[in-house]
Amino acid sequence: MKQEQVLLAHGDGGQLTHQLVQELFLRYFNFPALQALTDAALLPPPAGRLAVTTDSFVVQPLFFPGGDIGTLAVAGTVNDLAVSGAKPMYLTAGFILEEGLLLVDLERVVASMAETARDAGVAIVAGDTKVVERGRGDGLYINTAGIGVVLPDLDGEGASLDGSRIGEGDAVLISGTLGDHGLTIMAQRAGIAFDTPVQSDCAPLSSLIAALQENCLGQVKWMRDPTRGGVATTLKEIAEVTAKDIVIDEQALPVRDAVADGAAILGLDPLYLANEGKVLVIVAPEARDAALAALQAHPLGREAACIGHVSGGSGQVYLKTPLGGHRILNRLMGESLPRIC
Amino acid sequence: MLDEIIKPLRDPVRGRQMLAEIQARWHTLAARRGRPIVLMEFCGTHTVALARTGIRSLLLPEVELKSGPGCPVCVTDARDLDRAIALASVPGVTVATFGDLLRVPGSRGSLQEARAQGADVQVVASPLDALQLAIAHRERQVVFLAAGFETTAPATAVTVQAAARQGVENFFVYSLHKMTPPGLRAVLGDREIGIDGVILPGHVSLIVGRQAWDFVAEEHQLPGVVAGFEPVELLAALGLMALHWDEEPQILNAYERVVRERGNGAAQQALAESFVPVDAHWRGLGLLPGSGLALAERYRQWDAVVQFADCWRDLEPPKPIAGCRCGDVLRGVCTPLDCRLFGQGCSPATPVGPCMVSQEGTCAAYARFAVAK
Repeated sequence: MKQEQVLLAHGDGGQLTHQLVQELFLRYFNFPALQALTDAALLPPPAGRLAVTTDSFVVQPLFFPGGDIGTLAVAGTVNDLAVSGAKPMYLTAGFILEEGLLLVDLERVVASMAETARDAGVAIVAGDTKVVERGRGDGLYINTAGIGVVLPDLDGEGASLDGSRIGEGDAVLISGTLGDHGLTIMAQRAGIAFDTPVQSDCAPLSSLIAALQENCLGQVKWMRDPTRGGVATTLKEIAEVTAKDIVIDEQALPVRDAVADGAAILGLDPLYLANEGKVLVIVAPEARDAALAALQAHPLGREAACIGHVSGGSGQVYLKTPLGGHRILNRLMGESLPRIC
Repeated sequence: MLDEIIKPLRDPVRGRQMLAEIQARWHTLAARRGRPIVLMEFCGTHTVALARTGIRSLLLPEVELKSGPGCPVCVTDARDLDRAIALASVPGVTVATFGDLLRVPGSRGSLQEARAQGADVQVVASPLDALQLAIAHRERQVVFLAAGFETTAPATAVTVQAAARQGVENFFVYSLHKMTPPGLRAVLGDREIGIDGVILPGHVSLIVGRQAWDFVAEEHQLPGVVAGFEPVELLAALGLMALHWDEEPQILNAYERVVRERGNGAAQQALAESFVPVDAHWRGLGLLPGSGLALAERYRQWDAVVQFADCWRDLEPPKPIAGCRCGDVLRGVCTPLDCRLFGQGCSPATPVGPCMVSQEGTCAAYARFAVAK
């Protein structure tokens, strides 16, 4: 690369655009259909129903401990497919670059995307780049769209993951610690450093979820990645959908000490902090131990825990405090946590 | 290190044992009195901790905990916010403020709304950040809105001293600082509330010392206890108060790991050098004599209240917010549940009154940590 910064001409479709695509994007994204530089990727027909999703990423700062906007852009979309019970297959990536963005920074992001896609077993099959004037963007925005194929066992009758099968006594599991991503970003913004560094949990969950489904065939009733709004907001949403109560035990919640302390300093609650590499799972009570073991056997699920259960009721989420009191958990309210993903 | 101190203070087994003992003690005391015992926690951080841990609901019906006016953002008067908004609208002026204050409604909107309309309002995490902002932008006049009790006022005090030492001429302080003992005195003088004892603020006591509260026992014949913020510390304070309930009213210190008899001398000295006590308006409580901190005469050049007085000369007196009972909540006359706006249009996402805006506001604590019936 001769130029050190992104110029408006990188987005004009001419020589510099060509150079950027050839020397940067194609160097890292090496799927044949993409390398062909056609207007659309032509893909073989799928082996089942399709899952399709899209997400835009505007996180500030672009780089943070544990990842960057590129890791997030791939993991976020992969996770949305995986929690829908699909095996993520293909991604597209749209970049909006701000004039003046350092090319080395762009390269770092693109390299993270390639690495995360490799980990997740997905191919980046199409892409687009636009450049906006200096001051009209925050360095870099990324949009990704993803296509997955619904895993065969979920295509069977009554095996849907929309929450309709949730019943009283079902166990609520989380694949690991709460709030790592949200706190990392908030601490970076506030310019606060902790003795024990915190880092984002941002990771693609496709292999963890595949392992869970293999071990608990047909017994996983619902999954969701608790991103914005955190575990509390995600649970409140499913409680309302099912019109059943969910009771969470505060003592069972896995939270890193550094996250708990940092959250206390910043006036935040780990239950409401975003996660980017965790999955909430509801399984039948008899499948609880097998599901927990399957999660814990995977590198991304070592700290998985059973945090509560479903009970009869009217769509409330209750938190049992260590002293034995009960609090009602609602959706995230009012606290502005902008630009975390 | 912090872990070794904090962990035992959050130990659930110990907490539940203490809770059982304390419930039994208060049960006996309430039965003897023939009615629930009403205690007030003055401090907003206590309000949040009592709600978060569930202690408030676990002590019912023997002990009713009422919340006091110990949230500096909440007691900031509408007229001060109106002035701050007027100030932010002056060309060339930057208003620097803590984030909480941004959304608090004055009688003509909030600083956040003023910012959306083009006013230059910046959020800072400390007064020193505001001073740095002034140094980095010599072409602007940077006014720091200094809100807070004795805990935050010392930082403002040393910042003004630093501005004077470094000759920073474009930095100003609008002091909203208030002192808690006069605030508590006003609440206790109110006949409407009827409380039997006071839980005193731990962080403020670190600065002012245990003895600053002796007037509670001497003038109002009420017992008080200085409390920490972790579950075990809160329970210890409630237990200690119950233990001494039958004695002459006195001010106990259950936060000895932090609070000394006479407080923090260095902080008190910084306050005395930078500020003088003045009468101050508290939202809900009115004009309280000697309860505010204004910049001392020697720092007149940095005093926004003096230097920008022209900006609000023509400002009309503030109008009350229709239906909002924050004033009564701050005095402990009612709880948020008694306000007809609570949950009906006034929520942390769409706050109407200041007690719903601040993280430490009583209404926000009730909304965020709803108690299961």
